[in-house]
Amino acid sequence: MLINALLLALREIRRNLLRSFLTVLGIVIGVAAVITMVTLGNGATQMVSDQISSLGSNLLVLRPGQRMGPGRDTAGSPNFKKSDLEAIRTQVNGLEVVAPVAGSSATLVAGNNNWSATINGTTNDYLFAGNWKIGAGREFQDDEERAGKAVCIIGATVRRELFGSRNPLGDEIRVKTFSCQVVGLLAAKGQGAMGMDQDDIVLMPLATVQRRLTGNPDVPTALISLKDNAEPAAVMAQIRSLLRERRKLAENEADNFTVMDTKQIAETLSGTIRTMTGLLGAVAAVSLLVGGIGIMNIMLVSVTERTREIGIRLAIGALEHEVLLQFLIEAVVLSAFGGLVGMVLAFVACFGLSSLLGMPFLFNPGINLLAFGFSAAIGVIFGFVPARRAAQLDPIVALRHE
Amino acid sequence: MNAPAASDALIELRGITKTYGQGPAAFQALRGIDLSIAAGEFVAVMGPSGSGKSTVMNIVGCLDTPTTGEYLFRGIHVEKLQRNQRALLRRHSLGFVFQGFNLLARTSAQENVELPLLYRGEEAAARHAAARAALAQVGLAGWESHTPAELSGGQQQRVAIARAIVTRPLVLLADEPTGNLDSRRGHEIMDLLVQLNREQGITVVMVTHEADMAAYASRCVHFVDGLVDIDESRAQRPAGVSRQEGPTC
Ligand SMILES: Nc1ncnc2c1ncn2[C@@H]1O[C@H](COP(=O)(O)OP(=O)(O)O)[C@@H](O)[C@H]1O
Ligand SMILES: [Mg+2]
Repeated sequence: MLINALLLALREIRRNLLRSFLTVLGIVIGVAAVITMVTLGNGATQMVSDQISSLGSNLLVLRPGQRMGPGRDTAGSPNFKKSDLEAIRTQVNGLEVVAPVAGSSATLVAGNNNWSATINGTTNDYLFAGNWKIGAGREFQDDEERAGKAVCIIGATVRRELFGSRNPLGDEIRVKTFSCQVVGLLAAKGQGAMGMDQDDIVLMPLATVQRRLTGNPDVPTALISLKDNAEPAAVMAQIRSLLRERRKLAENEADNFTVMDTKQIAETLSGTIRTMTGLLGAVAAVSLLVGGIGIMNIMLVSVTERTREIGIRLAIGALEHEVLLQFLIEAVVLSAFGGLVGMVLAFVACFGLSSLLGMPFLFNPGINLLAFGFSAAIGVIFGFVPARRAAQLDPIVALRHE
Repeated sequence: MNAPAASDALIELRGITKTYGQGPAAFQALRGIDLSIAAGEFVAVMGPSGSGKSTVMNIVGCLDTPTTGEYLFRGIHVEKLQRNQRALLRRHSLGFVFQGFNLLARTSAQENVELPLLYRGEEAAARHAAARAALAQVGLAGWESHTPAELSGGQQQRVAIARAIVTRPLVLLADEPTGNLDSRRGHEIMDLLVQLNREQGITVVMVTHEADMAAYASRCVHFVDGLVDIDESRAQRPAGVSRQEGPTC
């Protein structure tokens, strides 16, 4: 009997190809949308935390002003002096390195190529703090840092744009009014958080940038890397009181600088992305619902025809439960098939989009199950419930249904 | 009147009434039908439109339930049976030809005819052979793969008949089987029914409003306003005689 019902159900699916196709389509779209959105969202969150941790663990970022991010209040918040950083390095316990950063954007020219990039004036400590590896060439030498010589270490993107596949070591890059020699290449890191290119970077000795580009001895940013066993909160408190003292802030004045833990930054960013994932998930849930309504619609539209069909089957001697089993199998087969296709489609889409966006692909079994279960339930309920109502009618009533 | 004794009746209706609707809108389509049909009879049911012919056929075919009264099929009280028991009665003993064919759409003639066998649980090979034979019997050999939409009204009617006889039922119930056919096709169908009745001993109950079709029957029951008006047996007269002889009821 099960075989018979299966046979009848499959026949009915084949016979009503359009209806079957539309039902499956509704499920496929709903399932694929939800899974894709949520999986990509998870990937994005993961990517951000990966990126942040690739900055180097236990990293503090020191900046003037009261807040990180846009709208930063810099009025009355002077930049740091090199001596401030020197004081931090010598007086605060638990630090690995303190890397000053003075940044400036400039157009770089090499041969016929030019390219705009951020130039960071810093020290070799930046490499340690930022978790950078030298891919070729070398770090800055002590005398280059001291004297502010025109040398630079370039990121993979800058190298590609200016030199193509040519070896740039020893070549000159023109920056505004001066030329600097490429002495090192940074190993590529790839795309950073929010899609920014981390390899689009040029490093020069701090003194070089201060003298030739920014024209002042200020240090606007510092990256401070902590020892593994250091307690970030304690270190931050030490830095804070030291800087308040050095910047001569009165007891009742607020800080005019910010020390932020990269973990904090990561959490802020991940929080934002999680919100976006939630939003996308909601949009996807709506599409699942729309898919579900599509299924209901198709099932309800075909209810008249199906009721008559059930009447015919009952009239020629089918038992109620035989008819129901057939319709149940039909609904289950269509829903399960649609759900599987949706899951495969979502898998392919997530895989493709993840590698396109340089995000990790995190297969999420939970959301797969949830989306599959929900759409299968809709398919089964709306395929089955009208059939059950019809199968309980007297055959003649079902046959007369209009 | 040669009505058979109640004891050997295949079908016996006692005081059957059927009321459609409720309250002031209620309409009594059958007002107390007493009818007894013996095995092997060929009964024509006649009467004006709306006189309750289809209603009584549906009750006899176990597709519908009477409001009051008793229906005995081979001595079994059908009105007391469960839904599933009535379904089994339809499956094993009854063949029904509907006024409006009621074939499954987008389904080949072969598959339509096989359907009752499928519910009987017959093997695929036996199903195929029986359906093919039934279609050949109604003159549709070669039309097996056509769907109802690809068949004329007469051909659909014959597929419906093939579906009703493929199970070799005890009783064949046909509600206006020639209503959609031209008279030549109609007479072919009648010849087929007569043949099934004579050669396979199938009891045939057929509704018709055409007197020359009723002339094939051995007995004619005339309905008026939900009651049996005339019940005339013509056992002596050979069924299938020329239509010039005309109906007698
Ligand atoms: N489902 C129904 N609901 C209400 N009235 C019905 C229904 N079926 C039939 N009737 C009424 O019952 C009467 C008998 O109908 P029917 O048996 O189809 O007549 P016939 O087949 O003799 O033309 C008609 O007056 C018809 O209008
Ligand atoms: Mg009728």
